[in-house]
Amino acid sequence: MEITVQKLTEHVLELIRLAATSLPPDVEKKLRESVQREAEGSAAQGALQTILQNVALSREKSTPICQDTGTPIFYVYHPEGVSTRALKKRICAAVAWATELNYLRPNAVDSLTGENSGNNIGGEHYPYIHFEEVDSDDLMVDLMLKGGGCENVGAQYKLPDGRIGAARDLEGVRRAALDAVHEAQGRGCAPGVLGIAVGGDRGSSFVASKEVLFRKLDEYNPDADLAEMEARITAEANQMGVGPMGFGGNTTVLDAKMTAMHRLPASYFVTVSYMCWAFRRRRMVVNGDEATYE
Amino acid sequence: MAALKALRLPLSEESVRGLMVGESVRLSGVMLTGRDAAHKWMIDTFIRKTRAPLDDDLETYAAILPLLDGGVIYHCGPVVAGVAEQDYRFVAAGPTTSIREEPYQGEIMAHFNIRGVIGKGGMGEKTLAACGAVPGVYLHAVGGAASLIAQSVKRVREVYKLDFGVPEAMWVIEVSDFPTVVTMDSHGNSLHAEVAARSGDALAALFG
Repeated sequence: MEITVQKLTEHVLELIRLAATSLPPDVEKKLRESVQREAEGSAAQGALQTILQNVALSREKSTPICQDTGTPIFYVYHPEGVSTRALKKRICAAVAWATELNYLRPNAVDSLTGENSGNNIGGEHYPYIHFEEVDSDDLMVDLMLKGGGCENVGAQYKLPDGRIGAARDLEGVRRAALDAVHEAQGRGCAPGVLGIAVGGDRGSSFVASKEVLFRKLDEYNPDADLAEMEARITAEANQMGVGPMGFGGNTTVLDAKMTAMHRLPASYFVTVSYMCWAFRRRRMVVNGDEATYE
Repeated sequence: MAALKALRLPLSEESVRGLMVGESVRLSGVMLTGRDAAHKWMIDTFIRKTRAPLDDDLETYAAILPLLDGGVIYHCGPVVAGVAEQDYRFVAAGPTTSIREEPYQGEIMAHFNIRGVIGKGGMGEKTLAACGAVPGVYLHAVGGAASLIAQSVKRVREVYKLDFGVPEAMWVIEVSDFPTVVTMDSHGNSLHAEVAARSGDALAALFG
């Protein structure tokens, strides 16, 4: 298949613009539903109404939903024979361009000197790009913009964990997830979505906890046990009363998404990635010259 | 929710003492943004004095003193248009997580006589104590509501320490009806401490 490389920079720019300025419909729908769950005139309801106003305004004006436009996380699914180096070049060019156009805030800071690169390009690992060859003629790119506030409240547990009475089973996973929600309070910009990975090593567990966030909120987990646990964790997290922005209230998380991986006999990690309400993720499919977005 | 209050900056001691947790407050006037790099710079250079002033440090200090006296610091790393042309406009300007400034905020409030801290997520014991002493309040803005909040920023007057990078620089902004909710007041009340305690009890019940 032919991917017109010249056009690709423009396509990726549009993907970034869309992700940064237009909240996905499944997330907005959940936020709308939660307004009715909060007490009339409460600070919690006020926060949700402000959030929804902001979502509409950002879309209308094509300005960032949140000023922290986050770490750009790209998952690129490409046909056989496509140069990933060429793709990376185009993606980085689009990221720098999007920064110039103020769809992205300059966010890449040298950890040693404190210097901001100014264009969101920083070394080999910023932006984060994962490539995977697939049996398809299309190029598919998923993008998530994950802000620092919610990234900071992510947590990894090593079971057993006596502090929370968590053993190496699904009940232990439930305890870890609920503890993470309590620890986060409103600081991850509640109401958020939990990405929960069970197993793996420390690194793969964190990666998987973010990958699972690419699933749509109305998508059911194919594993019945995990599907049930996702619903239970969501319901119980909402019983804690942290509420939107941590103001107190009935909506603390919008959803939970889980995945499980093989692990070493010695290790049992539970990793919780928290995605803020400003859940910015979009998908692009390119075929030939044409790109479509969802 | 309690009635909406409209206040002009700087804040008088009396108006701060009159603010209680749960009240909605709209602010108008001039405020300064400052986050991680700015707080560390203030503490290291002028309060704990662990580094000597360099470059434009003293000039910047002199310029921000009157802005912060009775004023408000906003934990925000904005998206700013017109940086190359120095014709600055705030495009997106929601609050950042405040708790990172907890080790510094109280001392900075006392040093500069800061009467209001705007951010998200709330702060801890040290800041709450400073709110009682200075006096001051913690004002919560809605996290992520960046396009909406940017609309209440009418003009960018000045920027200091742009070498910290756009998000970390100290921006002097004129705001009109900037929307906040008081979540920590000068009488020792903190909505965040309350919610943390209540949700902790709920968690214990869920663990059984």
